[in-house]
Amino acid sequence: MKISTFFYTFWQGIKNIFRNKLFSLASIATISSCLFLFGVFYAVLLNFQHIVKAAEEDVCVVVFFDEDITDKRIEDIGEMIKHRAEVANIEFVSGDEAWEYFKDKYLGEEASQGFLENPLADSEKYNIYLSDVSMQSSLVTFLESIDGVRKVKRSELTAVTLDGVNRLIGYVSVGIIALLLAVSVFLISNTVTIGISVRSEEITIMKYVGATDYFTRAPFVIEGMLIGLIGSAIPLGIIYLLYNRALEFISQKFNVLSSLLNFISAQEIFHTLLPISLLIGVGIGFFGSFTTVRKHLRV
Amino acid sequence: MADDEAIIVDHVSKSYQNAGTPALEDISFTIKKGEFVFIVGPSGSGKSTLIKLLLRELTPSQGNIFCMNYDLKRIKHWRIPKYRRNIGVVFQDFRLLKDRNVYENVAFAQRIVETPGREIRRNVPRVLSIVGLAGKYKAKPRHLSGGEQQRVAIARALVNKPSIILADEPTGNLDPANTNEIMSLLEEINENGTTVIVVTHNKEIVNTMHKRVITLRRGVIISDEEMGVYIDED
Repeated sequence: MKISTFFYTFWQGIKNIFRNKLFSLASIATISSCLFLFGVFYAVLLNFQHIVKAAEEDVCVVVFFDEDITDKRIEDIGEMIKHRAEVANIEFVSGDEAWEYFKDKYLGEEASQGFLENPLADSEKYNIYLSDVSMQSSLVTFLESIDGVRKVKRSELTAVTLDGVNRLIGYVSVGIIALLLAVSVFLISNTVTIGISVRSEEITIMKYVGATDYFTRAPFVIEGMLIGLIGSAIPLGIIYLLYNRALEFISQKFNVLSSLLNFISAQEIFHTLLPISLLIGVGIGFFGSFTTVRKHLRV
Repeated sequence: MADDEAIIVDHVSKSYQNAGTPALEDISFTIKKGEFVFIVGPSGSGKSTLIKLLLRELTPSQGNIFCMNYDLKRIKHWRIPKYRRNIGVVFQDFRLLKDRNVYENVAFAQRIVETPGREIRRNVPRVLSIVGLAGKYKAKPRHLSGGEQQRVAIARALVNKPSIILADEPTGNLDPANTNEIMSLLEEINENGTTVIVVTHNKEIVNTMHKRVITLRRGVIISDEEMGVYIDED
C-alpha cells in the first residue's frame, strides 16, 4: 500500500464524519452519554473506597506492657510487631508523651498542676495501624501471646463494620461498572452499526468498482475510531470540570463534611478513568465499524 | 482462452437455494475482444444472475466462466478486486456516491487502483470531456439530470481504461433523447476497442443498433445472432 493511499483513506475517514453529520452526532452523543454515566459512577465509587480506606487506616490496636518490663524488651516487641504482614505502621508512645496528650486533651494546665508525678509513667504503649482491618483478630491473638504484653486494646466493632462496608462497596462497584460497561458497549456498537448499515450501498459501489476490502473498510474504521475518541473525550472534559467544581462546592458550603471526608483529587481519578474511557470509546469504535463493514463486504 | 476472446461462458447453470427452477440453465457463449453485445430478455430471464456471475458476485452452480484470463470459479477472494478493475460497470440507477461531486466520483475509481495524484488530475478531466461533462465537475449527483448522472457513471467506468464495459439497463431511467445519447457514447467507446456488453429490455435501441443480440428466456439462451433483433416474448 502506498503512503498516499494510507493518507487518502485516513482523510476519507475524517471527511465521512462530516458527510454523515447526523449519524456522527448521534454516535458521539451515545458514546458521550454512556461514558459520562460510567465516569460519574466510577468517580463516586472510587471516592467511597478511598473514604473507607482512610477510615480503616485510623483503626488502631494498642499494646500495653507489664510494669516491670525493660526498655530493651519493649524494643524487641516493637521489632517483632513491625515485621507482621497485618501491620501498616507502628508508633511508640512513651509514658511522658501519654501524659502530655492526656493533660492537653482532658485536664488543662491548671488541673494538671495538682499532679506532682506522671501518673501514666508506666503507660508506655505501641499504637499499631493495620494494613487490612479484616486481619485484626489474628494480630490480636499474636500480640496477646507475647511475653511482656499486659493488655491489648482493640476496636472489633469498627473493624468488622469497615470490613463489611469495604466488601459491599467492592461488590457494588464491580456490579455497577460491569453493568454500565455492558450497556455502553451495546448502545455504542448499535449506533456505529446503524451508521454504517445505512451506507451499505456506498460499500457495494466501492466493491463493484474494484476496491479491496482494506480500501473499503479503512475509512469506516478510522471514522469509527475518531467518533469513539471524540465521544469519550467530551465526557472526560465535562467530568473533570464538574468534579473540581463539586469539590470546591463541598469544601465551601459543607466545611464540616469536607474535614471529615477525604476526597480523591481529579488527577488521581483520571489516572485510571482517562485510559479506560478512551480505550472503551476508541475500542468500540474500531470493533463496531470493523465487524459491521465486514458484513457488507461480501459483494 | 484464445487471445481474441474476452469472455467464455461454458455450460453455466445457476440455482438459488429454495428456488424451484434454476435462474440459468446450461448456457454457453463466447464474446470476442472489441465486440458490442446486447443481452436481452424479460424480467426473470436470468439477466441479473448473469451480470452477478460476470462480476463474480456469484459463482456458477455448474459450468465455468473465464473472463480476461481469470477463471471465475476458482479465483481467490483477494484477487476479485483486481479482476473487477478489468470491467467498468454501469448500472440503471447510476450508483454514484451521492455525497461526492462529479470529479470525486470519477477520481474514486482511480484512487482504488492507487493511481498517482498527478495522473488522476490529468485523467479525470479527459474522461469527463469524453462524456461531455467537463464543465460540471464540481456538481453533486443530485444537481444533475438522469442522463448526466449516467454519463458520470460511464466516465467512472472508463477512467481506468477497462477491457470490458458492462452496462446493466443503462437507459432504464432515461428519456428517449438521453437514451440515444448514452447509446451513442457506448458505441463510441466500443469503436475505440473496448468490449461493450449491454443488458437491456429496451426493444428500440436493440433493433436500431444492429449489434449481436443474445436472448435469454427463463434461464436459457433461445437465440444468439450477429446483427440480431429483439425477440418479443409472445
